[in-house]
Amino acid sequence: MIIMSVPRFWRKQVARYNLVGTHCKKCDEYFYPPRNMCPACRREGEIEDYKFSGKGEVVTYTVIHAAAEGFENQTPYVLGIIKLEEGPSLTSQIICKPETVQMGMKVKPVFRKLGQDGEQGMIYYGTKFVPE
Amino acid sequence: MSVGIVSYGAYVPQYRIKIEEIARVWGDDAEILKSGLMVFEKSVPDVDEDAATIAVEAARAAVLRSGIDAQRIGAVYTGSESHPYAVKPTSTIVAEATGATPVLTAADFEFACKAGTAAVQACMGLVSSGMIDLGLAIGADVAQGAPGDALEYTAAAGGVAYIIGNKESELTAIIEDTYSFTTDTPDFWRREGMPYPEHGGRFTGEPGYFKHVTNAAKGLMAKMDTKPTDYDYAVFHQPNGKFPTRAASMLGFTKEQIKPGLVVPRLGNTYSGSCMMGIAATLDQAKPGDRIFATAFGSGAGGDAFSITVTDKIEEIRDKAPKVEELLENPIYMDYAQYARHKGKIKIA
Amino acid sequence: MRDVAIIGVKNTKFGELWDRSFRDVVVEAGVGAVSDAGVVGDKIDAMFVGNMSGGQFVEQEHIGALIADYSGLAKDIHVPSTRVEAACASGGLALRQGIYSVASGMDDIVIAAGAEKMTDVPSAKASSALAAAADREWEGIMGATFPGLYAMIAKMHMHKYGTTSEQLAEVAVKNHFNGQHNPIAQYKSQITVESVLKSIMVADPLHIFDCSPITDGASAVVLAPADVAHEYTDTPIYIKATAQASDTIALHDRRDITTLDASVVAGRRAYEMAKMGPKDIQLVEVHDCFTIAEICAIEDLGFAKKGEGGIVTQNGETAIGGRIPVNTSGGLKSCGHPVGATGVKQAIEIVEQLRGEAGKRQVDGAEIGMTHNVGGSGATAVVHILSRNR
Repeated sequence: MIIMSVPRFWRKQVARYNLVGTHCKKCDEYFYPPRNMCPACRREGEIEDYKFSGKGEVVTYTVIHAAAEGFENQTPYVLGIIKLEEGPSLTSQIICKPETVQMGMKVKPVFRKLGQDGEQGMIYYGTKFVPE
Repeated sequence: MSVGIVSYGAYVPQYRIKIEEIARVWGDDAEILKSGLMVFEKSVPDVDEDAATIAVEAARAAVLRSGIDAQRIGAVYTGSESHPYAVKPTSTIVAEATGATPVLTAADFEFACKAGTAAVQACMGLVSSGMIDLGLAIGADVAQGAPGDALEYTAAAGGVAYIIGNKESELTAIIEDTYSFTTDTPDFWRREGMPYPEHGGRFTGEPGYFKHVTNAAKGLMAKMDTKPTDYDYAVFHQPNGKFPTRAASMLGFTKEQIKPGLVVPRLGNTYSGSCMMGIAATLDQAKPGDRIFATAFGSGAGGDAFSITVTDKIEEIRDKAPKVEELLENPIYMDYAQYARHKGKIKIA
Repeated sequence: MRDVAIIGVKNTKFGELWDRSFRDVVVEAGVGAVSDAGVVGDKIDAMFVGNMSGGQFVEQEHIGALIADYSGLAKDIHVPSTRVEAACASGGLALRQGIYSVASGMDDIVIAAGAEKMTDVPSAKASSALAAAADREWEGIMGATFPGLYAMIAKMHMHKYGTTSEQLAEVAVKNHFNGQHNPIAQYKSQITVESVLKSIMVADPLHIFDCSPITDGASAVVLAPADVAHEYTDTPIYIKATAQASDTIALHDRRDITTLDASVVAGRRAYEMAKMGPKDIQLVEVHDCFTIAEICAIEDLGFAKKGEGGIVTQNGETAIGGRIPVNTSGGLKSCGHPVGATGVKQAIEIVEQLRGEAGKRQVDGAEIGMTHNVGGSGATAVVHILSRNR
């Protein structure tokens, strides 16, 4: 079971579905996951929403055999850090055969189930990546 | 005023299981099954795919193909018999994930295998009346079939989305007319809370499929005063390969007319996606001016017939999203144990 | 600012302590440290306790008061007791807060403790609780586990520097060797490179023997102003530096995946404060929650060049008797990792070494040692330098 309350997940749902992050107009830095304060400009920053293209590449990865709670039915699964073309990096599952994943591999986003709160609870949807 | 298809998009999961592998587990004769069903393999969802994720992928492909602004979509209707939630719409997930929210109406449709075409008809009405600019109609399923049941050999996963509009310059295909034939015929059902559907065996054939498909088809041709030879292509709901082939011949369509849209042998029955996938596969190769005749069937029971004419626009948008044939390429084959895991037939906690 | 000394120490046994509760282990460590220091209860001015997740492990918050109560410091004498949390660096941070309070002159005799009771929940729940030290909303929800995050560090380290699985395994082998001589250690069994590589894969390239275990245990030290330390003990151990640094909570936001910048900066601040460099340190307890973490740590703290942590380990330079003995206690790997306690236990190991009481683990002539405690995948690092000499 993945434990994340409904409002907590829902609050950033659009960011998760559609790779919507933020952009600081002042220093031209892009943020995903979204940040409401620019860590470079701090209070001086000007933050706006930004929809990422989704194009990216694998920075590093692992193949998880001992799953996190709630992910048991997905093992073995590939987890990676993806660097988006606009600059920021994020953590995501990469949908591919574990033996085919490589550093520098180009990836694109897909819409998948992240998990669910048991049989009766909420289903969490979001973005994962596949080889381009 | 015309109404029709502005764009379309399809999605099929990457995994397949062969009839031989399912037959091995149940001790059935694969050769007899294959020749009887005219199905050789079927698609299987990944562990993290369901009707909602498939609907989203199909819808995004449709938006991508035409390049329309998703904010113009005024209605999202998703037809499925495997909506992930019994209560809570799949269509809101699709609307959010395609960027169509928040000014739109949305609802989920269910009419066994023709919920998707019912959604198309609803969008046609809303668009024609001027209530909305564009409508998004989807048929998507991770089809259920009980282990060991005949349905297990064909119940597949896939989805198709159509963007319906009425601006002449935007139409990829004009839907000239539609006609439905509906009666209360319990040939196939799934009760609330039950994991697998029940069906009436051979009762699903004559009183179910053939009666409703042929009546809907004949009704539309009579209404429009057309005949099978007026059409370049025909698509019928394809629970297997045999039914649409027989329906076509009963109505006077040729094997050549149905061939491009007959996707079931390598895909299986995607339930709400079935007939719509056949139409998409046909659009993938149709030329401007070609006419397509299509009839969907939904158990319970009803038939929705459509008469479609392809426009010049098809050449412009066709290659901008994956074609059905491309989605069927490079499958990953799995054994029954992996299939059981992917389909959630093995319960973990 | 006053100089501060450690005048008493106590670890409980580390391991799966089925018959001991959270409050049992805390009281044992606290009382043990106080009696080691030879102080009496009403002399204690304040208490700081590191605890990562009483809420998730034993469904108990308000840990500070609970511990004061069960140590007999609440009723009548009402000693202020504060819980400190920085995930797996909670213990190191509790020590740091204790040092602050004594150094500032606000308090004289202060207990710095750490404790975690992790086996009252199933191991899946324990792993899930630990995962809360990462970014739940952007790492955890995607299926990230702690071994998974460190495995991504390891993959990158291997890719960039040619570090091998064998070199990772050498860390575990060394730490198990050291742990056999530590009476409190959870695992005293010896392992080989081969047995590490043959153990179950948890998150490629990390095997189960590359990972620290789930452990119950508590540790406590008593702090006093250096000026009065000799009134309590013949061998006070002096705090030469306390330093802390933060970094991004998520691994994906780091400047460099293979460097824990928080470790680098906390290390640099500690060296500056102590007016020392890596060459002055004779032994170090680093945060080896995973084998790769020890390799990164010895690089980030300046004991090996970046990228050479694996080679240095393989060459035996970090073994007892080597150039810079690392994790003489057995580290988190063999001694065990009760997350809240670990940072305090590291300091106790250095104290025992500098007192010359480490038995078969003793580093000859040890006078200056360092501790390095990390929270999460590197979002917090706490470094202390301890010395026999003021």
